Amino acid sequence: MQISLAWLRSYVDPAIDTEELVEQLTMAGLEVDSVVPAAAQFNGVVIGEVIAMEQHPDADRLRVCQVNVGTEEPLQIVCGASNVRIGLKIPAALCGAVLPGDFKIKKSKLRGVESFGMLCSEKELGLATDAHGLMELATDAPVGVDIRDYLSLNDVIIEVDLTPNRADCLCAEGLAREIAVLNKLEWTTTAFTNIPVTHQNTLTVSIADTTACPRYLGRLITGINASAITPLWMQERLRRSGIRSLGPLVDVTNYVLLELGQPLHVFDADKLTGNINVRWAKADESLSLLNNQVISLNTGSLVIADDSKALALAGIMGGSETAVSDQTQSVFLECAFFAPLAIAGKARDFGLHTDSSHRFERGVDASLQTRAIERATQLIVEIAGGSVGPISEVTTEQTLPSRQPILLRKQRIQKTLGISLADDQVIDIFKRLGMCIQIQADGWLISPPGFRFDIAIEADLIEEIARIFGYNNLPSSSLLMRSELSTATEATLDLDRVKDLMVDKGYQEAITYSFVDEEIQETIAPEMEVIRLKNPISSELAVMRTTLWCGLLKAALHNTNRQQNRVRLFETGLRFIKTNETTHQQKMLSGLALGDVYSEQWGEQSRKVDFFDIKADVQAIFALTGCVVKFIASPQPALHLGQSAKIVTHEGETIGYLGMLHPILEKKLGFDCPVFLFELDQDLILNKRIPVFKSLSKYPSVRRDLALIVKEDVPANDIIDCIKSSAEATLQDAKVFDIYRGKGVEEGNKSVALCLIFQNTTHTQTDTEIDAIISKLLTLLSEKLNAKLRD
Amino acid sequence: MSAILEEILAQALKELATVSDLNELDKVRVHYLGKKGLFTLQLKELGNLDPEQRRSVGQIINQAKEQLQQQLEACKEQLENAALAARLASESIDVTLPGRGQSVAGLHPVTTTLRRISKIFASVGFKVVEGPEIEDDYHNFEALNIPAHHPARAMHDTFYFDAHTVLRTHTSPVQIRTMESEQPPLKVIAPGRVYRCDSDITHTPMFHQVEGFLVDTDVSFADLKGVIYEFLRAFFEKDIQVRFRPSYFPFTEPSAEVDIECVMCSGKGCRVCSQTGWLEVMGCGMIHPAVFKSVDIDSEQYSGFAFGMGVERLAMLRYGINDLRLFFENDLKFLEQFN
Repeated sequence: MQISLAWLRSYVDPAIDTEELVEQLTMAGLEVDSVVPAAAQFNGVVIGEVIAMEQHPDADRLRVCQVNVGTEEPLQIVCGASNVRIGLKIPAALCGAVLPGDFKIKKSKLRGVESFGMLCSEKELGLATDAHGLMELATDAPVGVDIRDYLSLNDVIIEVDLTPNRADCLCAEGLAREIAVLNKLEWTTTAFTNIPVTHQNTLTVSIADTTACPRYLGRLITGINASAITPLWMQERLRRSGIRSLGPLVDVTNYVLLELGQPLHVFDADKLTGNINVRWAKADESLSLLNNQVISLNTGSLVIADDSKALALAGIMGGSETAVSDQTQSVFLECAFFAPLAIAGKARDFGLHTDSSHRFERGVDASLQTRAIERATQLIVEIAGGSVGPISEVTTEQTLPSRQPILLRKQRIQKTLGISLADDQVIDIFKRLGMCIQIQADGWLISPPGFRFDIAIEADLIEEIARIFGYNNLPSSSLLMRSELSTATEATLDLDRVKDLMVDKGYQEAITYSFVDEEIQETIAPEMEVIRLKNPISSELAVMRTTLWCGLLKAALHNTNRQQNRVRLFETGLRFIKTNETTHQQKMLSGLALGDVYSEQWGEQSRKVDFFDIKADVQAIFALTGCVVKFIASPQPALHLGQSAKIVTHEGETIGYLGMLHPILEKKLGFDCPVFLFELDQDLILNKRIPVFKSLSKYPSVRRDLALIVKEDVPANDIIDCIKSSAEATLQDAKVFDIYRGKGVEEGNKSVALCLIFQNTTHTQTDTEIDAIISKLLTLLSEKLNAKLRD
Repeated sequence: MSAILEEILAQALKELATVSDLNELDKVRVHYLGKKGLFTLQLKELGNLDPEQRRSVGQIINQAKEQLQQQLEACKEQLENAALAARLASESIDVTLPGRGQSVAGLHPVTTTLRRISKIFASVGFKVVEGPEIEDDYHNFEALNIPAHHPARAMHDTFYFDAHTVLRTHTSPVQIRTMESEQPPLKVIAPGRVYRCDSDITHTPMFHQVEGFLVDTDVSFADLKGVIYEFLRAFFEKDIQVRFRPSYFPFTEPSAEVDIECVMCSGKGCRVCSQTGWLEVMGCGMIHPAVFKSVDIDSEQYSGFAFGMGVERLAMLRYGINDLRLFFENDLKFLEQFN
């Protein structure tokens, strides 16, 4: 809501400067977003009257004018505007004047004729962005008076960012009321005299749904001169609120909206057929709106109709067919109260947002309509003349908002605000706010005025006390609260620890959008059902991610496209998957690495990152929790068939995947080197094994190395598993320390070198004992994996 | 001393003078003092002398032997020192060269900021709780006293999946979910991603919030002010000015916006604070009775406060970041600045 501060000060004028007033409003919850001058800087412009005019001898388009600027002698000013004429009052810039844009006015010669100043348009004074001809002032404008004073241009426009609950301040009177409360000053509403009724013509108003429209007032005003000029003071107040002048009839409705907060509408009465019906639209109706948008109405649209068709979208916008023009002679002036629920969301449904819908959605004072229609009538008649008919009113008292008194308990103020206030202070605040107060045993019964429809419960009243008392005057206390010892859950690792590990392993944390490009995701995770946003911001952010890889790959590309040839990223967050119509929001940890394994350095041979580098990083995570997991060769659509592992828990649950991005995807996405990826289920990686102590053996351990020949397709892990399956009690560890292919090993086979560590808790094992175990293991390996001891 | 002995000693000392390493030194030692060494032979010959002579000659031999021994020790020490010095010299490196191996990366500034916020609140016993990001209309709006068509919904620019399912527009639904399942006293913070259908220079469609709330008997607005003051001072690590401004949120009453003195210009007025000297950093208020009602908590017995803050906003102020969109581009040149 933007408004002229001078207008507000015309109601109530506290002895504080603009800065202080603005601060006061902001601190009362009416946040002032901006304060801008009402007009650009200029000076030396006075009201002039053209008293004589003749054609310029040497220029068809120029006139030589004699202009009375209040001095003894008129000034000769040459003017090229088409609307210049004798008797016209205009802003005249005198010699020495400085117009906006630092444009200095000097005595000059135009085609040989001397000119002592300039007649100005609104554009030249910075009052409008474009103009057709000179700015025409009222015939009673006082010649010689500084135009800045005449138009009150030494004013500022304040923009108040109102919260949805304070619709009562969406008008000049509302803000003035608030300023009066804050400064403990009196104020009065604009006084005017109702125009007497001079004819008896009416339209019958019928309301189909009195819940949606509890009150409707209308009247006919005939014999209007719609081409009359709106007075400048009104045009200026409208302009300062960002509203263009559109002729006296529309200007008056807009003005009353700004003044009182009541939206009104004028229909061209000669274009109406029969009477007025406020009803729900029919399913097949359409309506051409004032903005020339043609909308298809539905049964949830409240309309104002005549006997033939819908005329206007109630409380939102009028229709173009019954709109007033400068030919209009009679109007039907509407002033209604529509229930917020009947209007809320309706404008949005048609992509509209109007000053009227904005107010009706939030709430309009239901007691305001009679005054508003009288005020609009008075202004219309004053500007455009006309004969006024009686008001047709349909009011359904039962459906009007009812204002119940609210009980405010003293102890509740203390409990909520942490301060005890004197009764007088509380009563004073509510009195200033225009509320009715009845004293009760332990508090007050408070009835808010009609315009404060936001106040419904005790907490609302307490907020008003806090607001007027000043939030910053309320106490602040050091929190004393009950404390409980927090649990230290050892069986779950803190995710932060894993994130720190990733950082220490050289992975930079990324945060990517949770919604991704459907096409890219389809390429990476074709088998997943996607969850689609109904109203995405763009096609690139249209579906919920089923894997964090989408975002990481995009982030990696962003970097490789910017001369980064080594990228290591990780991200934690949800992925969104749908199985059997159920949405799962699964917490994941994902990583990506490409380029050199180490950043370029002098001491290490440069080498590209490979599967086992990433696997080591993933294994380090499991080392944190001590959980035993298995890596199983398993295809994954996004990964290289031969370099892809599924990671499963001891119980067989899938933790995630690890592998090289499929070379086809690598090319398709625009990478020029292999990319390695992993993705893990957070809940499963954070399961921590709580250690159980085993006593230490006093006896030395024994190491035996074995080289086994197995077929190429036997995974190393199967050999280890086979050895462990022997359940040999003294076997402490079994590790692969070399893989050999080549001379001495038959094609299609490989030699796997293992080291086995034995230790007994009761004695030092003898060679004979160990030999016996080894021989047993070799038999097992031979049976299960066809492994032979290498010669 | 016999002439022979003298000659042996002189010869030995002469040889010692030419020794250049420990190996040669040992040869000299063996040659003169070893089992078959020249001095040893001399001592063996003592047996042929009569006891009187044996004693005096023995003394002389031992003296000569000792003299040589001392020289040998001295020479050994010298050689060892020289060898060590040589080794150290040969092994010296350019210590200014960088260390080897994997470099350490860093956390995203949003994570760092979230961790700091969590740590401050955890220190007084707030528990961290998470909630779903795909949320139902009830938890995101209805239960928070934002019924359908409430004007406040328009402020939220919601992403929808269907009429009843949305991407959460704030972390406040976690308040509802927590109060549905747990009884007061409650001290909770809920950090996480939130989504609004809005994208321009100052808005990204996804950002992070931290919701916090406390419910107990006798919690007042004064407690809320105290907690917010202390938090902001802890977060910015200085005694900054804080002010509370009346505002409106459907789920709190009274509601407030919290402004801090502009950290860029110390409140003097600059571009960042639009010349006001103040920066809006969070919203807060006393939990609305309607919210308590929706989770079956008796608002006569319990009261509470809630607050919510934008994490990117705090991170921008803390680190002087001037473009919100940088947070989600994941440019290494940006991210690495926070390592």
